Amino acid sequence: MTAPSRSSKSQRTETEDAGPDGVAARAGSPGAGLTRRLGSAQEVWIGLVLVALLVVFSLLEPDSFATSFNLLNLVADAAILLLLAVGMTYVIITSGIDLSVGGLLVFSGVTATKVMEATGATSTGSLLLGVVVAMLTGLVWGVLNGALVAYGRIPPLIVTLGTLGMSLGGALLLTGGVDMRAPGRLNLGLGLDKFVGVPVIVWISVAVTLVLGVILAQCRFGRHTYAIGSNSKAARNSGVLVNKHLVKVYALAGLLAGLAGYLSLAKYGVTGVSAHSTDNLQAIAAVVIGGTSLFGGAGTVTGTVIGVFIPAVLQNGFQILGVKPFWQQVVVGAVLIAAVYLDQWRRKARDN
Amino acid sequence: MSDNGTPTLELSGVNKSFGAIHVLHDIDLAVYPGQVTALVGDNGAGKSTLIKCIAGIHPIDSGEIRFNGKPVNIHGPRDAADLGIEIVYQDLALADNLDIAQNMFLGRERKKGVVLDEASMEQAARETLAKLSVRTVKSVRQQVASLSGGQRQTVAIAKAVLWESKVVILDEPTAALGVAQTRQVLDLVHRLAETGHGVVLISHNMNDVFEVADRITCLYLGRVAADVKRSDVTHSQVVELITTGRSGDLGLAPSTAAESI
Repeated sequence: MTAPSRSSKSQRTETEDAGPDGVAARAGSPGAGLTRRLGSAQEVWIGLVLVALLVVFSLLEPDSFATSFNLLNLVADAAILLLLAVGMTYVIITSGIDLSVGGLLVFSGVTATKVMEATGATSTGSLLLGVVVAMLTGLVWGVLNGALVAYGRIPPLIVTLGTLGMSLGGALLLTGGVDMRAPGRLNLGLGLDKFVGVPVIVWISVAVTLVLGVILAQCRFGRHTYAIGSNSKAARNSGVLVNKHLVKVYALAGLLAGLAGYLSLAKYGVTGVSAHSTDNLQAIAAVVIGGTSLFGGAGTVTGTVIGVFIPAVLQNGFQILGVKPFWQQVVVGAVLIAAVYLDQWRRKARDN
Repeated sequence: MSDNGTPTLELSGVNKSFGAIHVLHDIDLAVYPGQVTALVGDNGAGKSTLIKCIAGIHPIDSGEIRFNGKPVNIHGPRDAADLGIEIVYQDLALADNLDIAQNMFLGRERKKGVVLDEASMEQAARETLAKLSVRTVKSVRQQVASLSGGQRQTVAIAKAVLWESKVVILDEPTAALGVAQTRQVLDLVHRLAETGHGVVLISHNMNDVFEVADRITCLYLGRVAADVKRSDVTHSQVVELITTGRSGDLGLAPSTAAESI
């Protein structure tokens, strides 16, 4: 029985061999599994960038940036995008893409508002019905996306571009092009509610993100998601039900978009029919900045959280500094390209 | 090494057509525990179709598949896996982004509550590699992308063995390998048979076939041209069987062989 001694030796060797792509972070005992899967090289780098941004803005504007009021605002603004980005992380890890999230968000918000209006919009029951309708609407669109990708064999880019148009157009048809107002009780209730000083919307977003982070890293569902993105044929041969899994992943992204639609109603008080056409790009940028590979098979929710906050912090910091907000777009674009370059470089290093 | 025992896997009279094309004609094949059966044949002879039928990927049109003497229906890869038939495909079917242990358990992960039981899977992966005397792999936590061709083949075979499989089918396991790595894989094929597995080895390489096979089944244009003991044939006879479907007394009747062309 030489296995144990061999393995401990090999772990040591691997740690010594740790290369630029962080082999060290991958080696380790079973106990280190969580840390290994929740974090690897790119998250560390991009996390350092985020910390650096926070430090710089705090030093430049200690009285306005580094206040709990401002930081809470920043987090609240990012919470809804975070939901979209977490769903997008799963999709991109399967080497897919979901351009429809913004459209699904709007469409779900509209159907939820219609149902809440029809049921009185004042009772708790009506508001709860609203969230159920929003999430169901998102789910149905997501299942449609997934089914067309998995069984229709249509590239995800095309499928979700199509459903983006359909859902945005559908929302305009349902509203006649005029933004609907959310029920006052929702906007003034969930939209403003706080728990331990933090907006409830943020708590919801954090809870969902945590659960989905653990599922991706620690559960069979997550493992199969990576396997499909890495080599879908291998996954199929190993008994993974690839098509069903893909439907579930797109359904999850749709479900989250529906939830985001409801929270967006609560926070902003309107359905925002024309305000979400670039949500998809923001979510994709966040996911990619966070180290998820567009080629599939690699990525983490931790990275996505960081990827959501880098643009958010930049925007907030620039506003406070009085830098023209347009610069934020320029810088985020550059960060995005740098992140993908880093990913390519790592893949090349790995393949050699 | 006797042929008298019950074959673990036995095919008799298996036919398969794709539309008008009759790909497999009355195939008989027997796989015995502890033996290596080499399945040889030229490109298009039907080797891949045959193993896909065994794997349940293609349903068979007629004929019978028996496992441990009992007739079975295999409707999909899961049925085959449940019986204990594991196939190591030519393209290896490993996910590059996952590590060795993750790949070995892919599709059949162990769980502790709702989360994956990494510790026990890592342990089992390590034990399986040790059982096969694999020393070329440093850590089961290595990403598969970082492995050499031989190591990848080793992992793919170990993955098949992990499942208490009875029959392991290897599709061209040495096709892309160098000399030393081919050596490792052939040693592994030997050990598979030693550990009681029935092994089917598909190969174009006569040296490999003659080194590890106990029996040789030769396919020619969708028919079994010969099913012989390795010790009963020579190198050149097998090559002749592969290319013309007959060799001396062995092989298809001249008329059948000609008709197939």
